Amino acid sequence: MSGRVLVGVKRVIDYAVKIRVKPDNSGVVTDGVKHSMNPFCEIAVEEAVKLKEKKLIKEVVAVSCGPQQSQETIRTALAMGADRGIHVEVAGKDYETLGPLQVSKIMAALAKKEEAQLVILGKQAIDDDCNQTGQMTAALLDWPQGTFASEVSLDGDKVKVVREIDGGLETIKISTPAVLTADLRLNTPRYATLPNIMKAKKKKIANVKPADLGVDLTSRLEVLRVDEPPQRQAGVKVETVEDLVGKLKETGRI
Amino acid sequence: MLLRKVSQSSALCGTILRIPPALSGGQRQAGVVALQNSRLYASQAAQAVLEKPAAVGSDAAAKVEKQAVAAESKSFAVSIFKGQIATAQVFPFPSVLSEEQDQFLRELVGPVHKFFEEVNDPAKNDALEKVEDHTMDGLKEMGAFGLQVPADLNGLGLSNTQYARLVEIVGSHDLGVGITLGAHQSIGFKGILLFGNPAQKAKYLPKLATGEHIAAFCLTEPASGSDAASIKTTAVQSPCGKYFTLNGSKIWISNGGLAEIFTVFAKTPMKDPKTGEMKDKITAFVVERSFGGVTNGPPEKKMGIKASNTAEVYFDNVRVPADCVLGEVGGGFKVAMNILNNGRFGMAAALSGTMKASIAKAVDHAANRTQFGSKIHTYGAIQEKMARMTMLQYVTESMAYMISGNMDSGASEFQIEAAISKIFASEAAWSVTDECIQVMGGMGFMKDSGVERVMRDLRIFRIFEGTNDILRLFVALNGFQNAGNQLKGLQKALKNPLGNAGLLAGEITKRAKRKAGLSTGLTLQGTVHPELAQSGELTVKAIEQFGVVIEEQLIKHGKKIIDEQFVLKRVADCAIDLYAMVVVLSRASRSLSQGHASAQHEKMLCETWCMEAHDRVMRDIKLLRSSDSKKLFKNLRAISAAVVENGGPVSPHPLGF
Repeated sequence: MSGRVLVGVKRVIDYAVKIRVKPDNSGVVTDGVKHSMNPFCEIAVEEAVKLKEKKLIKEVVAVSCGPQQSQETIRTALAMGADRGIHVEVAGKDYETLGPLQVSKIMAALAKKEEAQLVILGKQAIDDDCNQTGQMTAALLDWPQGTFASEVSLDGDKVKVVREIDGGLETIKISTPAVLTADLRLNTPRYATLPNIMKAKKKKIANVKPADLGVDLTSRLEVLRVDEPPQRQAGVKVETVEDLVGKLKETGRI
Repeated sequence: MLLRKVSQSSALCGTILRIPPALSGGQRQAGVVALQNSRLYASQAAQAVLEKPAAVGSDAAAKVEKQAVAAESKSFAVSIFKGQIATAQVFPFPSVLSEEQDQFLRELVGPVHKFFEEVNDPAKNDALEKVEDHTMDGLKEMGAFGLQVPADLNGLGLSNTQYARLVEIVGSHDLGVGITLGAHQSIGFKGILLFGNPAQKAKYLPKLATGEHIAAFCLTEPASGSDAASIKTTAVQSPCGKYFTLNGSKIWISNGGLAEIFTVFAKTPMKDPKTGEMKDKITAFVVERSFGGVTNGPPEKKMGIKASNTAEVYFDNVRVPADCVLGEVGGGFKVAMNILNNGRFGMAAALSGTMKASIAKAVDHAANRTQFGSKIHTYGAIQEKMARMTMLQYVTESMAYMISGNMDSGASEFQIEAAISKIFASEAAWSVTDECIQVMGGMGFMKDSGVERVMRDLRIFRIFEGTNDILRLFVALNGFQNAGNQLKGLQKALKNPLGNAGLLAGEITKRAKRKAGLSTGLTLQGTVHPELAQSGELTVKAIEQFGVVIEEQLIKHGKKIIDEQFVLKRVADCAIDLYAMVVVLSRASRSLSQGHASAQHEKMLCETWCMEAHDRVMRDIKLLRSSDSKKLFKNLRAISAAVVENGGPVSPHPLGF
């Protein structure tokens, strides 16, 4: 086994930012808006770094697909303990239409190229909430997958994953190489400390073009329009229980 | 604690200066400006220190003249006291970060912010009267204790500007933690950074940077507060010269109960090389708790910044190796003043963060609270508060980064500006947070809103590291000293009127014009953005008049100006307003020329500030120039004397009992 873990880190609009839709409804405003690493990706990085600290794996490689600024997200992963980074440069139109399928093609190609033992991703990103990239990556590689992980234990070439499923927890054991996706309760990600951020400056980030990996980024999806969530309508006050029942009947609720 | 000194370097000192009627605008008789070399002006009044320019020795008179003619100060604050405008340090607004520094700083801001949002609990720290253990450990891991220590000594090697940006985040969340960090690195071991020799740096900085060792700055004593030169702690050198024996006690030492490393100021008896007399001079030492004989009292109970540790520190026959002298033996006063001067911008930066947080709280309330059928932010009474709070924050922030930028580009003369920024920031933050509570009404008064804690925390900032009252004297006296320099140059020229005809003619014309209310040709045109021309003119006018009044006061009071605290206070207020005007002019100009989205808003802040500041300055100047001031000051003096005499207000109760 190679002992190498590939972690995907996505640059998203910071969770604390109030999202605004562009006036032409083509998407959301991203210019001048604070971005940071997708919180689920932070959990994925933390898990990989923990595996390395337990000496169960040898190297953690952080991957981000996107424009130049994605390197900042990779830097954060490096400051958290990843060993090196790969920046897959996707800009302009390609970046606008970059979705789970395109990213999973890139991840699959890199997983093969890097001979990864594990690919760990966040279960979903907080911007598009797709929750597809991990599953698609596993499918493209034809590797086993352990999604929504809340506990991961690696033992040789087997990995035991406790999954958060509807109604409870499911424990599975799969063989590596495999793809895992991190759920909220897997761990509490550490803070990137300032000295580690400084040390991370010395770590290397390789620049790769999708074409170098033989990946075609063409998207089959077209975004028609993006709208703000509907404003909540003001309610009405009713005087009596009879009024309430009457209103409910009127609107066909009962 | 504070500053004071024998002003032997001062241009005010030395020979007698006479300005003939022609030069002083024909207004009054020749004035006399003189200040004795040896006079300690601790008399009763001015205890502010005028730091002496390094080059000046005991034969001050001769050198000062040379200096007056040769070295023109680049400091803006110095220049206004001469009725001039030195733009080099204030225009354009400094932009000093290299691309790499900028990038690194961007990466640091997020995690620091996150740490304070998610880990640090200011209310809990306040209630516990200490920084929670896990927070303290987190801060150490974070690297927060060694922000400016060089990277090869375990620190982050940040510049002043980078440091400012990070302490701003600390200030916006928890001033108690801010003081713990600041007492450690802004003053506690800053002496080692600034004056330490390579061996001292290598020995102490690595453990200080990681927070394994905490540092404290020990100057203040029970009988020595603002008058720092009066300390009683002694350090007597052993006959072999290998160590000093330190005895004394220090009070109100931040981190006093936590620190392992202390920067201690003590008196050392020294022989004057000229007279052979023994004299006490202050020396700075690095003292380790492990030397033995170092103990501390219990943590003090305080009004605010409760999370920070404040304690008395006692030194009982502590044997301090001679290697631990910081700087030179007898050079401790300079060390202390430099440490303080170098740290003041940090306070302005931290407090600009505090103000931002207070404004955010006030905005949140004003935008959501409905009274009389409308959100309260739609009412003028609230709007004026919000606008003033915003201006004060803008000015403070501009000062902080102007000064840190100047320092990072190697400026050596920024002590007036630094003192101004400390005064302004501490008063602005107080006022902004007070108004935040006012906007929030009863809600703001409740502990849970978290603003009353900020208010309590802020109170000390007008007192420590030089009370604002003493710093005002410092600003004014420093300025007068420089203005005196200029007059001295003129005096010299007068001795040879023919050879200096050009210079004299210029000065005579300038004074005649100023007197007639005409412009002397001073201008900020071409320096400030054209859209701010009007504000620029107001500033220039105010500076011209300020220059006049300074010269008049100098001629009127002569050497006694140091005792004229009513005058000095008003002069300092003018200088503070003038500096504030110019920093916002500079910053708003930059935003306009770079086409920032907020440029028009900043223009408005700048214009509004300049309008009101101009009026304030003119009012003070008018008072100082009129005979009313004499009466006013006399009254104030007499009222105070009577109250002190009576042990309280003199007038009987209106009910007669």
